[in-house]
Amino acid sequence: MEGLYAFCVGLLTACGIFLALRGRTFSVVIGLTLLSYAVNLFLFASGRLKLNAAAVLGESEQYSDPLPQALVLTAIVIGFAMTAFAVILAMRARADLGNDHVDGTLPAQPGDASQKSGGNQ
Amino acid sequence: MSSLIWLPFLPLLGTLIPLITARFSRTACAFMTAALPALTLFLVLTHAGDIFQGERFLAAIPWIPAIGLELAFRLDGLALLFSILILGIGLLVILYARYYLSAKDSIGKFYSYLILFMFAMLGVVLSDNLIQLWFFWELTSISSFLLISFWGHKTEARKGARMALTVTGAGGLALLAGLLILGNTVGSFSLQDVLDSGELIKASANYPIIVVLVLLGAFTKSAQFPFHFWLPNAMAAPTPVSAYLHSATMVKAGIFLMARFYPALADTDLWFLIVSLTGLATFLVGAYIAIFQHDLKGLLANSTISHLGLITLLLGMGTDLAAVAAIFHIINHAIFKASLFMAAGIIDHESGSRDMRQLNGLWKYMPYTATLAMVASASMAGVPLMNGFLSKEMFFTETLHQASLGSLSWFIPVLATLGGVFAVAYSMRFIHDVFFNGEPINLPKTPHEPPRYMRVPVEILVGLCLVVGIFPSLIVGDLLFAAAGATLNGPAPTYSLAIWHGFNFPLLMSLIALIGGLYMYHNRSHMFKFQAQFPTSDPKLVFEGVVQYLTNKASRIIAFTENGSLQRYIFFVLAFAIVMTASTLMKLNTTAGQRPEIPLDALSITCAVLLCVSALATVVWHRRRVIALLTLSVVGLIVSLAFAQFSAPDLALTQLSVEVVTVILLILALFFLPQNTPKESSPRRVVRDLSLASLIGGVVGTISYALMTRPLDTISTFFTENSKTGGGGTNIVNVILVDFRGFDTLGEITVLGIAALGIYKLIAKMRLYMPSSNDNGLAWSEDRYPILLAVISQSLLPLALLVSAYIFLRGHNMPGGGFIAGLITSVAIIQQYVAHGVDWIKTRLKLDYQIMIGSGIGIATLSGLGSWVFGHTFLSSWFDYFYLPVIGKFELASAMVFDLGVFLTVVGATMLILANLGQLTTSERPIQKEHD
Repeated sequence: MEGLYAFCVGLLTACGIFLALRGRTFSVVIGLTLLSYAVNLFLFASGRLKLNAAAVLGESEQYSDPLPQALVLTAIVIGFAMTAFAVILAMRARADLGNDHVDGTLPAQPGDASQKSGGNQ
Repeated sequence: MSSLIWLPFLPLLGTLIPLITARFSRTACAFMTAALPALTLFLVLTHAGDIFQGERFLAAIPWIPAIGLELAFRLDGLALLFSILILGIGLLVILYARYYLSAKDSIGKFYSYLILFMFAMLGVVLSDNLIQLWFFWELTSISSFLLISFWGHKTEARKGARMALTVTGAGGLALLAGLLILGNTVGSFSLQDVLDSGELIKASANYPIIVVLVLLGAFTKSAQFPFHFWLPNAMAAPTPVSAYLHSATMVKAGIFLMARFYPALADTDLWFLIVSLTGLATFLVGAYIAIFQHDLKGLLANSTISHLGLITLLLGMGTDLAAVAAIFHIINHAIFKASLFMAAGIIDHESGSRDMRQLNGLWKYMPYTATLAMVASASMAGVPLMNGFLSKEMFFTETLHQASLGSLSWFIPVLATLGGVFAVAYSMRFIHDVFFNGEPINLPKTPHEPPRYMRVPVEILVGLCLVVGIFPSLIVGDLLFAAAGATLNGPAPTYSLAIWHGFNFPLLMSLIALIGGLYMYHNRSHMFKFQAQFPTSDPKLVFEGVVQYLTNKASRIIAFTENGSLQRYIFFVLAFAIVMTASTLMKLNTTAGQRPEIPLDALSITCAVLLCVSALATVVWHRRRVIALLTLSVVGLIVSLAFAQFSAPDLALTQLSVEVVTVILLILALFFLPQNTPKESSPRRVVRDLSLASLIGGVVGTISYALMTRPLDTISTFFTENSKTGGGGTNIVNVILVDFRGFDTLGEITVLGIAALGIYKLIAKMRLYMPSSNDNGLAWSEDRYPILLAVISQSLLPLALLVSAYIFLRGHNMPGGGFIAGLITSVAIIQQYVAHGVDWIKTRLKLDYQIMIGSGIGIATLSGLGSWVFGHTFLSSWFDYFYLPVIGKFELASAMVFDLGVFLTVVGATMLILANLGQLTTSERPIQKEHD
């Protein structure tokens, strides 16, 4: 099970990073969301995986580690605030700058793409 | 002794006084400015008696003891000597500057910089901690920059100040490195510990590095060859600044540093070789250049370089008596050089020129000033009965008794005599060329004597030259003895301060220097002709060229890495992260640990496959944004299932409700953003990004696997054991959130509130693109609020609120709590918005979400403060059990009040974000803009 879990965490990380490297704001927001799933799962798993062991006294024989859970719980809520902030910032950037590219300017046309490889997504 | 701590800070306070009093008369401003330094000097002098008895005062306030940071001062012989020089000459400079500065110059600003510099210098000499010493050292660089560039409208002032700052600042960085290594070698940053660990330092392998770095700091500051070029260029400063910085203070800081670390670093061949050779070279180069200067201040500046070289040479000779001579010459040089600079300033001020080709025969016009200047020059030349003679005599004596260069040591006395010859020659030039030698040529003003009180500082200093020169042991004997003892970190050697030691070799050297110097000055025309054959190079141009070259190189490097593309920055950051993590990970021998794995089951595999497919689908279809959003939400759902599966019901609930809110938020945002992403990435970039993303994913997965398959050494046992007894709840996760780590949670909800308010401000005044149709040209549906949804959601609302109340109340003992209840409530309210629209809600639900956030954080904070009333620490919780008829036993806990704060903040923040965003699509719709 741990292997499968780790694979999923790795895959989510990879997908998140690939999208975070795209040039349009919405893709980056999606990428960040995927990445925060991966991070939350990763942190949660640092308390090790346990079945039927909710950290509620008297409910089970053994308890899973409550500390990573508490940390991840707040991380989820803060993660929402961050996603919201990023996406509103993206909207604001588009409203003020007229495009939704992360650099605030549209990349150069294919003809002169070689001049500014960075801005050319 | 506590007053010592405040002593250096008195001048710092004094930096404000001139700024405040500058509006009064200049005299009043000068006197009030002088008050605090005078008080400081008085306080320092009250300790003098004890220090002469061999005592030393230490005072320290620890700050971060673990890394050796403290505020620590010491007042011993050496610090006393320098404090007197800094404060005493500083006071004279304040008086002098009152008359020197013209009405155009802002005297308040000038005094304020001057006092700031005084504070920095005082901090350097009084510090008893290496880091603190360095801090003040850098402060002297910065404040001297302000002083040198005081006449900022002049190009040479700006260039000179920049050069001084660059050279001394670079040296300061070397010094920092040296002091850090020194502190780590000794294991303490306390100066006293370092001074007592001389043997340890010299035996350490770091010793050569420390010596070179510390000496770099000292040599740049004290303008030692080959860093001497900044000092003549700093002459663009007003003359009071030159008189202060280049006689007693700034340039002496490097000398002070060498003297201060003398017990710790000196007494090795490496030290002797570097210090003595550098000193000797500086001594000769400075003196030689001084002869050919036409600018009065240029002559004095190069003579200063030469005398600093002399002191450095003495510190590099390795005998105790040489160290005594060095200290003595520090005093003497400060006195005669300050008076000479002031005299040069008077001449400049009253005749309008500093050029010795124009200045001739001033004796007739200002005989009084001329006499003073001649006495000081004689002291500089080392004429008997002057203080300069005594220390120069000691210097000559020591050159005969050293063996720094082995069998070549005889070079030093010979070259020292040669330097003496040069010194007499340039001193003679200062006297003869300025005050005699014909008539003034084309002076802008007719020279005359300065105002009475402008001469007073010079009179005092010249008087000291004579008094010290005639009664040395009476005037400075005790001070010198104490300072020498502090320098050597032990008893000072026996020596005699007397004018007459009989006919001996040093006297002969003095005589040779005097006669040779006079002869050389007499035949100066030949030397000038000889010197004129050399091509002249302006160090300022060379320096500017080097700076320009470095700036160009740097901007080229910056242009490569920082080209304005955020994608490139992120790529670099991530690539660097992968290099750092992967290299560490390779040290781990096996991936799998000892911990047994949970066996796989069909449901988990199905979910995992679904998760992977959805995640990949999100990437594949990321350009079709609505589809990507849908697949993203599937990923989120499975993540919450995973939490439920692996025994984290609280997380599952939170993730589930956050998921709903997030997707609604993103859909709303998508209304204002393009619905599709254009295909822009070149295949090369896609492959590059894919490779990096897969690499990082692989590494993160590996770390996660390695972590999970290793046994857990948890710190959570404490929480498990004390959850019920200490926090009164059985849901450990909730008790951690609201009780054990309540302070963290308070921070988190504050962040949440701030983020929501930030978003609120971003939304306000947003100039929106209001699309009237989707990308395919289909107009948006005008069918709003389907009646079925409206009816159902309206009837669901009380139910949903009941559920969230239940979740909230049971949170302390069962999965639930403020966070989750808050999110569920938000979802319920949002559903009303979705079903009915903003306008409908506005009239019915009058909630001010901003106040809600504020009251939430307020309640949480107050519940924490409440424990103070009962004498407990912040956020201590209280709980007890009560019985009520019908309901039975129930529990009340103060943590629930805290959780209520969390609840309110979460609802407020979520709703503030979503309701404001949603509102944009409706009520503010009148301004329709075309989709771009």
